Amino acid sequence: MPSSPVLLETAQAQTQSKASKSDFLPIMVSGLLGLILLYAAGFSDIAPLHNAAHDGRHSASFPCH
Amino acid sequence: MFNLTTFRELVTAALWTGLLAGLLLTAIQQIQVIPALLKAEVYEQNATVVPDAGTSHEHSAWQPENGWERTFFTTVANISLGVGFALLMGAIMHLRTRPDNWRIGLLWGLAGYLTFFVAPSLGLPPEVPGTEAANLEDRQTWWLITVLDTGFGLWLLAFAKTRTNQFFGAVLLAAPHLIGAPQPEVPSSAAPAELAHSFITATVFANAVFWLALGGLMARFYKK
Repeated sequence: MPSSPVLLETAQAQTQSKASKSDFLPIMVSGLLGLILLYAAGFSDIAPLHNAAHDGRHSASFPCH
Repeated sequence: MFNLTTFRELVTAALWTGLLAGLLLTAIQQIQVIPALLKAEVYEQNATVVPDAGTSHEHSAWQPENGWERTFFTTVANISLGVGFALLMGAIMHLRTRPDNWRIGLLWGLAGYLTFFVAPSLGLPPEVPGTEAANLEDRQTWWLITVLDTGFGLWLLAFAKTRTNQFFGAVLLAAPHLIGAPQPEVPSSAAPAELAHSFITATVFANAVFWLALGGLMARFYKK
């Protein structure tokens, strides 16, 4: 992890700035990948997927069968 | 432009976070969650011997054998959920700012716990197999609306600048519960109420640990 220069407390306003433009797309793609994974593990009604993830779904309180 | 470094760092952080949190969750589930599920399945199977019993599992399709195979696939599912939640959390964190330290992550973890577990569970409590429930699609829809509502509501409560927007956040938090979750016409359960309650307690605890680990680890691995 690259270390960043120590920010002053007063620079907190800066930290609230929007993520930089070139970061936007990777953030969105990562979020979308996360959603796809969650759908497969938590929601998909394909029977083998459901059965494999069954205990995990019950534990996470996802609506299941 | 696509910042590949950001993408690589986010995905790497999420993979490690999901792996570790998923393994931790699997370990915790063995204490109370899995034993309760297995007990409930016995009740469910006994109940489905009766010809007119309504609920049953999909037994025709492949399913993992009880024992190590089942534990293995549950672990895979837990890690998948962990990585999925971590990717989503990392992305949402970054919309604000990359975290300073793991302690900030605990707050994000708490928000995730409230959004993805506590809020939907208020209307649709975690249930053991063999519990009569409303139509699956209706429950999934209510679950999804509740999660979106709660997530957005918490965001507004935490970050909105004006009182009006914060108030709107509070309204969003309450809305799905005022509407109410879809309930079965005749609630019934093959498992005794005591077992259903101990399952709820077990999941409340297991998911709290899971989410705090997710938040803390993700902030640690994805800090500035």
